[in-house]
Amino acid sequence: MTLLVTRRSGVTDGVGESPLRPDGIPKLKGEFTYAQDLTAEGMLWGATTRSPHPHARILSVDISPALAIGGVHAVLTSADVPGRPTFGLEHPDQPVLASDVVRFWGEPVAVVAAEDEDTARRAAAAVQVEYETLTPLTDPEEADRIDSVFRRMRVRRGDPKISGPVVVEGFYEVGMQDQAPLGTEAGLAVPDGHGGVDLYATSQFVHVDQEQIVASLGLRSDQVRSHPSGIGGAFGAREDVNLHIHLCLLALHTGQPVKMVYHRSESFTGHVHRHPARMWYRHHADREGRLLRVEARIILDGGAYASTTAAVLANACYFAVGPYRCDSVSVDGAGTRTNNPPCGAMRGFGAVQSCFAYETQMDRLAAALGMNPLDLRRRNALHTGDPMPTTGQLIETPLPTVEVIDSLAAIPLPDPSDDDPLPGGSGLTTEPRHVVRGVGYAVGIKNLGFSEGFDDYAQARVRMTPRGLVVETAAVEVGQGLVTVLAQIARSAFGVSTAEVRNVDTSRIDSAGSTSASRQTQVSGGATHAAATRLRDRILEHFDADDLDDEGVRSGDRIIATWDEVTATVWEETVTFRHPPTSPPDPDGQGVVHADFAVAAHRAVVDVDPELGLVRVVRVDTAQDVGKALNPESVRGQIEGGIVQGVGLAVMEELILDEGVIRNPNFTDYLLPTILDAPEVEALLVEQDGSWGPFGAKGVGEPPTISSTAAIAAAIRAATGKPINRVPVRPQDIAL
Amino acid sequence: MKVHHPTTLDEALAAVEAGAVPLAGGTDLMVEVNFGHIRPDHVVGLRRIGELSSWEDRRIGAMVTWRTVETKGPKAYAEAARTVGSPQIRNAGTIGGNLGTASPAGDGHPFLAAVDAGVELVSRRGRRVLAWSDFFTGVKRTARQPEELITAVVLPERLPMRHAFGKVGVRNAMVIATVCAVVTRDEDGATTAAFGSVAPTPIRAPRAEEMISAEPKPTESALAEFQRLVSEEVQPITDHRSTEAYRRHAAGVLARRLLERCLR
Repeated sequence: MTLLVTRRSGVTDGVGESPLRPDGIPKLKGEFTYAQDLTAEGMLWGATTRSPHPHARILSVDISPALAIGGVHAVLTSADVPGRPTFGLEHPDQPVLASDVVRFWGEPVAVVAAEDEDTARRAAAAVQVEYETLTPLTDPEEADRIDSVFRRMRVRRGDPKISGPVVVEGFYEVGMQDQAPLGTEAGLAVPDGHGGVDLYATSQFVHVDQEQIVASLGLRSDQVRSHPSGIGGAFGAREDVNLHIHLCLLALHTGQPVKMVYHRSESFTGHVHRHPARMWYRHHADREGRLLRVEARIILDGGAYASTTAAVLANACYFAVGPYRCDSVSVDGAGTRTNNPPCGAMRGFGAVQSCFAYETQMDRLAAALGMNPLDLRRRNALHTGDPMPTTGQLIETPLPTVEVIDSLAAIPLPDPSDDDPLPGGSGLTTEPRHVVRGVGYAVGIKNLGFSEGFDDYAQARVRMTPRGLVVETAAVEVGQGLVTVLAQIARSAFGVSTAEVRNVDTSRIDSAGSTSASRQTQVSGGATHAAATRLRDRILEHFDADDLDDEGVRSGDRIIATWDEVTATVWEETVTFRHPPTSPPDPDGQGVVHADFAVAAHRAVVDVDPELGLVRVVRVDTAQDVGKALNPESVRGQIEGGIVQGVGLAVMEELILDEGVIRNPNFTDYLLPTILDAPEVEALLVEQDGSWGPFGAKGVGEPPTISSTAAIAAAIRAATGKPINRVPVRPQDIAL
Repeated sequence: MKVHHPTTLDEALAAVEAGAVPLAGGTDLMVEVNFGHIRPDHVVGLRRIGELSSWEDRRIGAMVTWRTVETKGPKAYAEAARTVGSPQIRNAGTIGGNLGTASPAGDGHPFLAAVDAGVELVSRRGRRVLAWSDFFTGVKRTARQPEELITAVVLPERLPMRHAFGKVGVRNAMVIATVCAVVTRDEDGATTAAFGSVAPTPIRAPRAEEMISAEPKPTESALAEFQRLVSEEVQPITDHRSTEAYRRHAAGVLARRLLERCLR
């Protein structure tokens, strides 16, 4: 199934190969500089005073006990925010520091800077805030009833009167997952001595941080420079501002560099989470299994502030039917505003939640029809040229839904073996006689790139130097391998074997957009490809050459000019790349709202101890639509990591809330899969021509998490016969 | 913060009497410090006191690490040790520290309860050995006096012939117990069953023990009754880790499976 991408002859480490990542060895050896490791001379440490209540009125704030502590340089409150008092990715509704009311547990109220971290934390704790507690709104269904919402979505397509003859209904829930990146939020702000500031902080999108910092600091845009920094994981948690404005405020106030690193528990309150979901579904099909109508109602709880709730809700609704044809669709969505922790972007961005619901529905429908679940999916599979069942948008890029299903089905199922690790793991709870094996399938779909008319672009600059190509970009490497693949794209597009990627700050290049939505390989990769191609063409034309290689530019067999000679003058090209335009939906949710799509299919093999409700995910195999795999090793890395994150949501990862308070903001009780929980993975990369990404590449980061969770839940259902209408699946959901 | 690194027990006891907080492996204490829950201004590190790390026959020094128990402990104690945290934690964490913290979920406690082990406490005024049941007094509370150090675990003269440990958790390793248990069975049928995470302290299930001890060759229905009695006798709560109903159920199932393992 894997086709090799066309390479330029003579180029090594170009697209289609898997060169070593330049940051890999330094990271393995502990030599890589993460944002947590930054230092500057005369540096102070910052810390944050947070609300202990999910909802309360602030009656008074007394900073004097904090200021009285030796070594404290500044204690700032909302009164010290010189510009716009709020920030937000889509709507600036979140206070930089709360002034009158706190709306979620852990909301920042004051920030301090002190000579060392311990003093800063003690000072933050010493700030005296008098609260009048208010009743928190924590039930999203109640919020929906009283119209406390950030957005409502309405999707209407086709004849609403179509029904039956076969109908299945269900209610589904998804718990609140956290991105839990291993690197917590961290940053260093350095005042420039002229009223401006440089910020080096954990981020997925430095330009949008910079805009928000400028607004709240009341500065000119050129006075704030946001630099990409060393990031230890992101998964959506780093799209929103958290410590960025605080650090800049403290640095400008004290005139000294200020560093802040969130502790683990603070990280759990300091970034947004995956939206918990409640979903009601009704599927209508004919007796041959063709979908006639799908009705859904979806509530995603956005928590206290807007973040990206509007876009996440839209996605949950746009992908509410999955990669299936259906001509009568009705979806109603609400993104609720409550006093729960704010939710926003996380890998999969709304498509994960509805996938769990529609894939469970598809299995129920297959059972009701007595059909093989894969045959039901093949029968309804969405193809290139079909309209999206929800938006009606014609799918113009390759969509190999049937191909991923067929490829997955062709992977042999393993036989149970005595070597299989048992449910319960090191707890020694379970013997082979207690185990039942289940197999489950799921197929998922998601958009690639930003949607609904967002001007999604990326700028990249490619320069030829005596030492090879340099790609300059503000696109953030968060560990996914962007700096590797952009260099590969530059090499192959230009035609030489040496290229490196340099991250530059917001003042030196235009935006690359966010490292999210599976988009950078396509969008920043597209800009890199176009810049490298244009640079090559210009150089060839200038030297009247017909080719170039690692030695220089050529005419036939002859080198006309070596690279040393060529680069005696500056050769660089800057390109801003835009993906195909999208537009906002009409009032019925119809329109060309997405730029591209990807599908993936997962098959989970799960061993269950039904009596104790314990599970061991034995393996998760997958076939994924990747367009073209520019770096097959990196693609497999994304797939394996995404599947393990899917395992987490399926069986253990959940923030537990009690009246708005997170009960498990730590790695003792927020459980991430360990290596003993990670399944074996076989991944088939399904390649097709025709995507608009460089060399036909599609984004690959999110599809592994869309349907892996649903496949695992289906396997548990198959093993136990229990309904399993909620993830994470808890032991009591199986055993009781 | 003042930190003592004594090499003798006497020096350590003097420091504790002066108000120092004892630091064994640090795997609990440092978490409390990192979370800002405590800010000790006087700490006494115990690692350099050689006699606390000794293991002589049935007297196991308090500074013996979980890694050591995992490799040379009695079977069920070793099985419990294997489930304590990660390898890094097991190399640092000690059995004395585990007792000092006295978490209801402490993985080592059920073994001590099941075999009726004692806990040795020493102060400058003397030495005493408390039965495990007198040592644990509540959630993270023990009978240790502020001037005392936990110096050893004292196992009984003879261990039951068969014993087995099991731990139910939501993850396959590195997890706080939802329920953990040790069941022992001796040649004469005498059975004990001890549990963690189902009460403020480790507990035994005396009615279940008595019933099954009287069954020389437990039948299917006797095993079922044993399971039922265990589920009845444990006193779990619902919290963010699990529910009362599941813990009752899991304690019964686990106890029965461990007994079956002992009977084979």
